[in-house]
Amino acid sequence: MADLKLVNVEKAYGEVKVLRNINLDIKTGELIVFVGPSGCGKSTLLRMIAGLERITGGEFTIDGVKMNDVPPAQRGIAMVFQSYALYPHMTVRDNMAFALKIAKKSAAEISAAVDKAAKILQLTPYLDRLPKALSGGQRQRVAIGRAIVRDPKVYLFDEPLSNLDAALRVATRIEIAQLKEQMPNSTMIYVTHDQVEAMTLASRIVVLAGGGISQVGTPLDLYERPENEFVAQFIGSPAMNLLPGEVVETGETTVVRLENGGVARSRVPTMATDKGMKVNIGVRPEDLVAATGEAIFTGEVEITEALGEVTLLYFKRQGEAAQVVAKLPGIHAGLRHKSVSLTAAPEKVHVFANGRSLLYR
Amino acid sequence: MEQFFGAATTIVIGVGGCLLYFFLTNLLLDRIFPASGPDISRNINRANAIRPWLFLFPALVLLALYLVYPLFWSVYLSVMDANGREFVGLYNYQWMVSDPKFLESMRNNILWLIVVPAFSTFFGLVAAALTDRIRWGNFAKAMIFMPMAISFVGASVIWKFVYDFRPEGQNQIGLLNAIVEAFGGTPETWLTHEIVNSFLLMVVLIWIQTGFAMVILSAALRGIPEETVEAAILDGASPLQLFFKIKVPQIWGTILVVWTTITITVLKVFDIVLAMTNGQWGTQVLGNYMYDWLVRGQDSGRASAIAIVIMLLVLPIMIWNIRNARREMR
Repeated sequence: MADLKLVNVEKAYGEVKVLRNINLDIKTGELIVFVGPSGCGKSTLLRMIAGLERITGGEFTIDGVKMNDVPPAQRGIAMVFQSYALYPHMTVRDNMAFALKIAKKSAAEISAAVDKAAKILQLTPYLDRLPKALSGGQRQRVAIGRAIVRDPKVYLFDEPLSNLDAALRVATRIEIAQLKEQMPNSTMIYVTHDQVEAMTLASRIVVLAGGGISQVGTPLDLYERPENEFVAQFIGSPAMNLLPGEVVETGETTVVRLENGGVARSRVPTMATDKGMKVNIGVRPEDLVAATGEAIFTGEVEITEALGEVTLLYFKRQGEAAQVVAKLPGIHAGLRHKSVSLTAAPEKVHVFANGRSLLYR
Repeated sequence: MEQFFGAATTIVIGVGGCLLYFFLTNLLLDRIFPASGPDISRNINRANAIRPWLFLFPALVLLALYLVYPLFWSVYLSVMDANGREFVGLYNYQWMVSDPKFLESMRNNILWLIVVPAFSTFFGLVAAALTDRIRWGNFAKAMIFMPMAISFVGASVIWKFVYDFRPEGQNQIGLLNAIVEAFGGTPETWLTHEIVNSFLLMVVLIWIQTGFAMVILSAALRGIPEETVEAAILDGASPLQLFFKIKVPQIWGTILVVWTTITITVLKVFDIVLAMTNGQWGTQVLGNYMYDWLVRGQDSGRASAIAIVIMLLVLPIMIWNIRNARREMR
């Protein structure tokens, strides 16, 4: 049982604030994923929660107890590192037992806890091996086992899958999801730069950018209702297309005349005073469909990528505008160098003004 | 001044000669096996096979001349009489095992062997761990490393002053006696007290070798992955547990290499004993005893026999050390 609360938490190195105004409420049993581009401070935030980095401002509590100055070992947390951080001179058994030995638990208690964790993680045959005799996936499981054995209130994962190859990454991801399933009362915080991991594992995702929280929400929240252009483009691959334009009709359905000559209709409601407002409409590549009449975008296909299940169309840039990408289901041969018109259903069209979605105002 | 120019000229000739040798032989090799023409690939392969030997040749010759040849000559001399004229069989070795001074040297060498590497490595490890944690650590490191730059004889002179004795009533210029006096004790002629004096001599070598141990171990400590340390902090390890259960085991290989390297230095110890006591008052060691028999005793047979004993003692440690160092490098 552990509720974590961060209030106005910040991190400064001298004058430079790398994180500020971090407000976050994490409930028992949640699996929170921190995502963001590299350098956004997601690992730093995790390390602050772990106690490996000092919190330079604000307050961090676990179950209402202020943790800012509590030493890492007393916070009731366990952490799994990207590089596994196994003790190279200890066997798998000793690696997992180390924390319990430090805590002066009885030998019977230790061996019971280790055996149990080993069984969950299928490590029993490897208990007497040194880490160097294990594969990458096995090492990562030992690192997870080391966390489980301590029975912490909070699990922290710092990019735990980044050092594994693609196939193993998927397998271990599913193992972590199953592990979470088995321990419904433990709280987990997971840092990754891989949005697939974030989307598949998280109960809620925290998108970090520019030293602050960009948006917090369930994976589908972030996908369907991004609060701002950054989140809109960060979640989903290829990234959402943003097209500049001007609001020409307001009401239940907003009509935007685009600078490229197209017209976009969106279910995002607007007020009469919004008429003439400069906006960016956002539409995901997978939401674009061939247009028969009114089109959001018309352009020449520069490159196509046929992936079988989908075909990606990369359009020729028009002036300064960003490249438009469309993802059509199925196979579409012979579209290269053709002119194609595209549109999207009004409920799939997002509207951003000054970088923020008009849904949230 | 004359000496200086002499030395400078020697250096210039030596270094220049080396460069010239490498340049000319290399040129010759390329002429004989030119990297062109119809046999180009065969020529390049042959030249590449020969080139390393060409460059190693001077070193091999010097090693053979100054190490291998003397080794065999020492073995030969050790079974000859004092002048190296008559064959005496194992007489010199038989003499050795019953000679009290030799046994004293062996005993002292064993003491040195245990004490000096242990303390040097231990102090070096502690210094490495502590200097990494403080702001003026680099300055402290420089200070601890400084004695490495002093010759053994120079260090001996310094420490002779530390142990210096003046008759009671006079000002004690020796640091040790000054301290003893300050606490109300009576000054002693420290270097004449058997056993104690051996340890006082060991202090000099420990003082010198600690810097070496510290530098190597400090590098090893920095090579420990930071995450393992952080993981141990999260596991609740105290600073001491962190050091002895996580850090030290990870640099164990390096500690052994440092230990054995100092061991070899210790087995060869000679200058410190010569300069401070010359083996009197029960401080004799093998290195100095060998020198004693060769120079004062004028007996190349006994001196060589002692030399062979030293070599046999060093050899296994040396082999083990090289193997270990190679494994560390991999």
